[in-house]
Amino acid sequence: MSETHVDPTWVQLSYLVAAVLFVLALKSMSSPRTARTGVLLGAIGAVLATGVLFFSGIELMNLTLIIVFLVVGSIVGLVAARRVKMTAMPQLVALFNGVGGGAAALIAVVEYLVVGSDDLLFLIFTVATVIIGSVAFSGSIVTYLKLQELMTTRPVVIPLGKWITILVAAATVVGGVWLIVDPQQWLLWALLGLGLLFGVLFVLPVGGADVPIVISLLNAMTGLAVAASGYVLDNLLLLIAGTLVGASGTLLTNMMAKAMGRPLTATLFGAFSGSTAGGGGTGTDRPVRSGSANDVAIMLGFANKVILVPGYGLAVAQAQSTLRELADLLTEKGIEVDYAIHPVAGRMPGHMNVLLAEANVPYEQLKEMDEINPEFSATDVVLVVGANDVVNPAARTDQSAPIYGMPILDVDQAQQIVFLKRSMRPGFAGIENEILFDPKTTLLFGDAKDSLTKVVSSLKSV
Amino acid sequence: MDGIALLTIFVLSVFVGFEVVSKVSTVLHTPLMSGANAIHGVVVMGAIIVAGESQPGSLELWIALAAVLLGAINLVGGFVVTDRMLEMFKSKKPAAPAKEGGAA
Repeated sequence: MSETHVDPTWVQLSYLVAAVLFVLALKSMSSPRTARTGVLLGAIGAVLATGVLFFSGIELMNLTLIIVFLVVGSIVGLVAARRVKMTAMPQLVALFNGVGGGAAALIAVVEYLVVGSDDLLFLIFTVATVIIGSVAFSGSIVTYLKLQELMTTRPVVIPLGKWITILVAAATVVGGVWLIVDPQQWLLWALLGLGLLFGVLFVLPVGGADVPIVISLLNAMTGLAVAASGYVLDNLLLLIAGTLVGASGTLLTNMMAKAMGRPLTATLFGAFSGSTAGGGGTGTDRPVRSGSANDVAIMLGFANKVILVPGYGLAVAQAQSTLRELADLLTEKGIEVDYAIHPVAGRMPGHMNVLLAEANVPYEQLKEMDEINPEFSATDVVLVVGANDVVNPAARTDQSAPIYGMPILDVDQAQQIVFLKRSMRPGFAGIENEILFDPKTTLLFGDAKDSLTKVVSSLKSV
Repeated sequence: MDGIALLTIFVLSVFVGFEVVSKVSTVLHTPLMSGANAIHGVVVMGAIIVAGESQPGSLELWIALAAVLLGAINLVGGFVVTDRMLEMFKSKKPAAPAKEGGAA
């Protein structure tokens, strides 16, 4: 704790204003109409608080270096956020979250080394910040690697992983208590290392489809680390902002898990129970029915009702506007067209809405799962573009599947199903999809954008 | 500040945090998470404070400056990327009334 410095009243009031702005920001971001205002409010709060800090009368050495690093960091963040493709946005958020957690852990380390204290609460919160912050950092890096597909998206199960993880967790707790009882510098470094190791072990066994939930959880953890660092530094604003994020993030994590029909514990510990293998090599040599773009165009052109199911493959191929073109063409022919949006279509809840909005798809045509599911049985053709896990009936029937229990779009109820796929490769969750072998299913292989373009041009001549 | 006052603030903040996001629709889960992520970027303030109290040239200073860098990336990048996500929702006028479905 900065022992003597007390912020002047106007500074404390400014921090109060910033805290209120953060509350309003979170509140506004919960409704589509006010969401952008919310971002602005939050940004104003953050700039206000950081700006005030420099004039608060607190003694700052190394001012030039601080400003240089601040500016460089801001530019890196700005450029990364501006440049990222919307499809890669989830992993960038994970990365931003990770560096925030890392910053919190480093702050606690420095405060301990420079100021130090034997105060019990100071030590407790220092330990908490270092552990939670480092877990959030390394955990987020692993989620980044998974989403960026720089490593396998399937659960990674290392031999004895469960026991190693428990051992590391226990060592971390023991080390933390030891440091609180008997403060020693080497213990702090050890805790930092153990926290980093635990973060990796904790995220490795999580399957691809569950990664968004873990990102949200790590986000809440970073919030808590920031709150704890607020206590370490005796800074009320950090305490409040961190707690707000920690609490709202925890609730949000729960809501996301619910939207996917996955209890949080199953998400986090599913891989440990060894229930993840899923299918394996049975499927690839089984017969499937593939068709040409022309076949698909004819099926669509003579339908009365068509439902489009967009998935991540659509986004990767940047085919959103081609899909919209197809939808417009069908609507012109008097065919009823809707988009069925699974809560976790894309990589995260709401991700697909963002991607389709980017392609100017009218909002009213986007239907959420509960709304569209009863309509499939009255649908002539379902066109699944680059989606797999969210329509996989294994989620209903196969208890050993990693996605078991996740609510899915009931496309198997429709008269005919068309899959646009790059290959027979299984989806993100790494399991076989039975619908692909259904006699009423037609597969059109190829890049989603190419296939859609061909279908559109064939349809024009039907 | 004494422990009880801090505990009070902490507990009240937890309730506010729960309350403000309790009615969010699925569509906004990702932007909201990203926005919350940006808000914890104020951790950069803490990094600035510890960098300001470290001796020039010391190991602590460089660790603190690394924290300043990471915190600034979190803060600025977080807000910009959230804004970009939400930008996608703006162009369509019917969006707002359509969203009210449950309330109407």
